[in-house]
Amino acid sequence: MSITPSSQPSQSWWRRNQQALTPWLFLAPGMFMFAVYVVWPIGESFRISFYDWDGLGAKEYIGTANYTELWGDRNFVTSLKNNVIWLVLYMLAVPAGLMIALFLNQTVFGIRLYKSLFFFPFVISQVVVGLMFTWFYAPNFGLLYKLTEWLTGSGIAILADPDLVTYGVIAAGLWPQIAYCMILYLTGLNNVSADQIEAARLDGAKGIRMLWYVILPQLRPATFIAVVVTVIGALRSFDLISIMTNGGPFGSSRVLSYYMYEQALSEYGYRMGYGAAIAVVLFAIMMVFISGFIWKMVRDEKGGY
Amino acid sequence: MFPRPIAQRSRNARILYQVALPISLILWLLPLLGVALTSIRPSSDLAAGNYFGVPSHIAFSNYYDVFANSPIAQYILNSFKVTIPTVIGAVALACMTGFALGVYKFRGNLIIFFLFVAGNFVPFQILMVPVRDLTLSLGVYNTTLGLALFHIAFQTGFCTLFMRNFIRALPRELIEAARVEGVAEWRIFWFIVLPLMRPAIAALSVLVFTFIWNDYFWATVLTTGASTQPVTAGLYSLNGQWVAAWHLVSAGSIIAALPPVAMFFLMQKHFIAGLTLGAVK
Repeated sequence: MSITPSSQPSQSWWRRNQQALTPWLFLAPGMFMFAVYVVWPIGESFRISFYDWDGLGAKEYIGTANYTELWGDRNFVTSLKNNVIWLVLYMLAVPAGLMIALFLNQTVFGIRLYKSLFFFPFVISQVVVGLMFTWFYAPNFGLLYKLTEWLTGSGIAILADPDLVTYGVIAAGLWPQIAYCMILYLTGLNNVSADQIEAARLDGAKGIRMLWYVILPQLRPATFIAVVVTVIGALRSFDLISIMTNGGPFGSSRVLSYYMYEQALSEYGYRMGYGAAIAVVLFAIMMVFISGFIWKMVRDEKGGY
Repeated sequence: MFPRPIAQRSRNARILYQVALPISLILWLLPLLGVALTSIRPSSDLAAGNYFGVPSHIAFSNYYDVFANSPIAQYILNSFKVTIPTVIGAVALACMTGFALGVYKFRGNLIIFFLFVAGNFVPFQILMVPVRDLTLSLGVYNTTLGLALFHIAFQTGFCTLFMRNFIRALPRELIEAARVEGVAEWRIFWFIVLPLMRPAIAALSVLVFTFIWNDYFWATVLTTGASTQPVTAGLYSLNGQWVAAWHLVSAGSIIAALPPVAMFFLMQKHFIAGLTLGAVK
């Protein structure tokens, strides 16, 4: 397209078409970056997953061999199982966040500061959160170890126990996630219609019944966002595992994203194709959720026009 | 208001609430308080097994040691070198994409919008192998630029979602009136829409700053040495060096956490407005 304002005909051509062309000109740089770094790599991951590749040498096409190998890989099954545990337990952040929000939704002196301090864990890097909880769980002197020792006589070193380690890491992940859900619900509660609450009170509703029948339906947008960010957070879990356990002990706390990283980049060998195959599985799981979310958002959007 | 305001309840309930607030806060922040306390505890206390008692004296020297004996200052500088260009780049790109998608009706508008949204939901680890490969072949592997380029692209998804919804909520009459006057489209963007977007720009900048500062995964994938690694990845390698030196690990953690925390407290209103976008209808 020629945008030379000097010549008369093209000037008027631009005049006539500028409404149609402007959005594309504005979209171009953003779409270019997004296509190169996000859309194309997703396709590329699919392609690489059919190859045997060390990241440097020539790629060798091996068909679905990577996927067949995944099927019989015990470490893969453990990682997949852990991803499911993460997803299920991470969901606790939503009701927990709601409870804290209800607790804090008052107007007493200093409450704003309390709300910000409760939100604090979300602002801190997961690396720092991971270090804090490692220290909290540390064998022999960690607070939790001391506590369990005092209660049961023998301390529990959660991060060294293959059966408990994933739960220990998830607990650390829940801390900032609950804070996030709390702030979503606090904002939601702020906008609940006072009239409806008064009307329901006059009808004798209170406590749990009020919450369930009057408040929660109005909090639906907040709940939706809370569920979306929690699902994404659970599937993106990587930082805490890397910081707290390095996938151990004996690989028992790995999740798919961590196992993929190990296979493709760490000292276990540069198996890019195998890593990409794990990535594709993770993507497939995510697609189930993404399509659900997008479907709901498209429906809302169509209604909004 | 729900629950019923505490002021309307009995005196005992009010007192109970006022007592419960600080106690629950302390329990909630216990891991943080523990680390903050450890960061000013002299190493002799740890050696003597005094992990949770009152420190024998306050040792700010831990912080000095961290700066003097580790490249943490360099790590922090690297973090800024990644974070600031990302904030500027992603917010600038999203102002433009958000304007295009929020103001114009054209075929493919919704599809492009949801492509950005879906990309933003993706567990970004699945991009690792191709993005690392791409960064290598662009010759920006192990540079702060290479890391920032990826972050700009990825954050554009989230920022576009945010900006587009913000612009859609602006009064359309302003734009229509300008068009009737024959104002060029790019002037509408620059002189009418952009000034109205200031709150959104502020909110997004704070959010993106925090997200990128706290990023750990891409820092480990795209950078390797102390001269390029941001503070999150740096803290991980320092943690490996300082085995069981919890007073140093704690001080380092606090230093790494400070910039986003300061950002949060300074720009709290914008931060929360950004995070809770869409939580109310």
